[in-house]
Amino acid sequence: MAETKVIPDQAIKEITELFHHVPKKSATCIEALKIVQNHNRWVSDDAVKELATLLEMSPDEIDGVATFYNIIFRQPVGRHVIHLCNSVSCYILGYEKIEDHIKNKLKIGFGETTPDKRFTFLPIPCLGTCDHAPAMIIDEDLYRDLTPQKIDDILERYQ
Amino acid sequence: MERPLTEHIKNDGSVLSLKEYEAAGGYQALRKALKMTPQEVMQMVKDSNLRGRGGAGFPTGMKWSFVPMGDHAPHPKYIVANGDEMEPGTFKDRVLLEGNPHQLIEGMIISAYAIQADISYIFLRWAYHEAAKRVKNAIQEAYGAGYLGKKIAGSDYSVEMHLHTSVGRYMCGEETALLNALEGKRANPRSKPPFPQVSGLFGKPTIVNNVETFSNIAHIIDKGVEWYKALSKSPDGGGTKLYGVSGHVKKPAIWELPLGVSLRELIEEHAGGMMDGYKFRAALPGGASTDFLTEEHLDVAMDFTNTMKAGSRMGTGTVIVLDDKTCPVGMVFNLEKFFAQESCGWCTPCREGLPWTAKILDAIEHGRGMMNQLDILSFETVYMAPGNTFCALAPGAMEPLQSALKYFREDFERHIKEHKCPWD
Repeated sequence: MAETKVIPDQAIKEITELFHHVPKKSATCIEALKIVQNHNRWVSDDAVKELATLLEMSPDEIDGVATFYNIIFRQPVGRHVIHLCNSVSCYILGYEKIEDHIKNKLKIGFGETTPDKRFTFLPIPCLGTCDHAPAMIIDEDLYRDLTPQKIDDILERYQ
Repeated sequence: MERPLTEHIKNDGSVLSLKEYEAAGGYQALRKALKMTPQEVMQMVKDSNLRGRGGAGFPTGMKWSFVPMGDHAPHPKYIVANGDEMEPGTFKDRVLLEGNPHQLIEGMIISAYAIQADISYIFLRWAYHEAAKRVKNAIQEAYGAGYLGKKIAGSDYSVEMHLHTSVGRYMCGEETALLNALEGKRANPRSKPPFPQVSGLFGKPTIVNNVETFSNIAHIIDKGVEWYKALSKSPDGGGTKLYGVSGHVKKPAIWELPLGVSLRELIEEHAGGMMDGYKFRAALPGGASTDFLTEEHLDVAMDFTNTMKAGSRMGTGTVIVLDDKTCPVGMVFNLEKFFAQESCGWCTPCREGLPWTAKILDAIEHGRGMMNQLDILSFETVYMAPGNTFCALAPGAMEPLQSALKYFREDFERHIKEHKCPWD
């Protein structure tokens, strides 16, 4: 294991508790990545290596899983993550206007983080709330029936 | 008209608690099922003519019948609720998960009993944070009341239940890919056979059904096969169906209706018709991976057979309406961009073909297209047709494209001739 430990003891404990649910440790890989991300906000190379030792997998196998899923972050993200739906019903209802508004306001595009690390801005496939399009999730909070005017108020709540 | 799946869901958006669910007759069907043999339960579900609500419409009872039974059957057996619901334009399972999670849990326990499963999972998509909280709490309530765990509800039958919240990937909705995700792996699909009923999660017999499918089970056991079949307007299958409409309609929402209502009834009656200033142009009847239907198809019954006859599929039953003020090429570009992004990369036609398709549509939509690219797009729909790819993702992606090329040919040509999007 790497000398500087990046996965906190509490996270190790939470992951270890999952082992009795499953026939082999590697089956907890996705849960384990979520737990690491809950504690560290993202999954670093060192965390991948430490997780590999813990789950008896190779770092490449862990990375293969981590990079497959949309919501595991392999790069640092801002204090808040904006996930704007860019799928079909939100397209019809004009998510592009919302995207432009957020871009202009925060001066960042999809995949970027503001210099003050306040926001990371990402596109996300359909949020399953198409009767209230356009929609977005900030952190874990869902916002629907978006208009550019509403965006200004919503963003203020996240500092 | 009866609406068994949604009648107890509260209007204020709050969840039905265990107490409230029991007061409405909840978990009586489970007690009844536990007094029957597993074979009798399975037979009732077969006779009910319930067909899977996840999009493919496979008969549920028949799916279960492939699970090895008896003393020599491998254990543990698994049962999994597919609550991934990542098909763009689909938002029906959310209603059931948030409004009445015990209906799902009871349906799953009865189904688990029918195949003598030992462990059950609810696989939930990342974005459904509120549903995750409510389902987690409902599982705890069910354990507390003795409906889950060892020797449930005074019987000799034991079953465990876990919640898995996904980390976001469309591919997880495919049942074998979902099983890989539950095993902690990349959600690539598996080859079939072997089918999951024989070799599924961790190589053991496994049933995967959609959330809405499981939500029907307790009602079938409780009120009987004849009652259940009579809920449907269609000879195609029993029960009600959760239908929805999104797009520029007056009242986009989800409604529980008899299986087989017409597309016209959904759009004009339940969704209140088009918003002022918008005209109906076409619709995807059951999510992103279904063929467009147009005005001439409005009276088609929304069931499995009739939507197929009209050249599409019922899919998830959630309709996405295209209006006259939205560019059909832009809409198809949006769809194919999604599919290209969500391709798992496992097989070549999908991994290479979908980004190619999206790139051509990007060019056409933004005035850089050429006429011969329309032939290339037609070729793509054959290149990624069923049988040429490892799973149904790419063939599904081709459905809106092939029908768009048929119905909106002039719109594609205008983009190319005018070197711009006429809707810009």
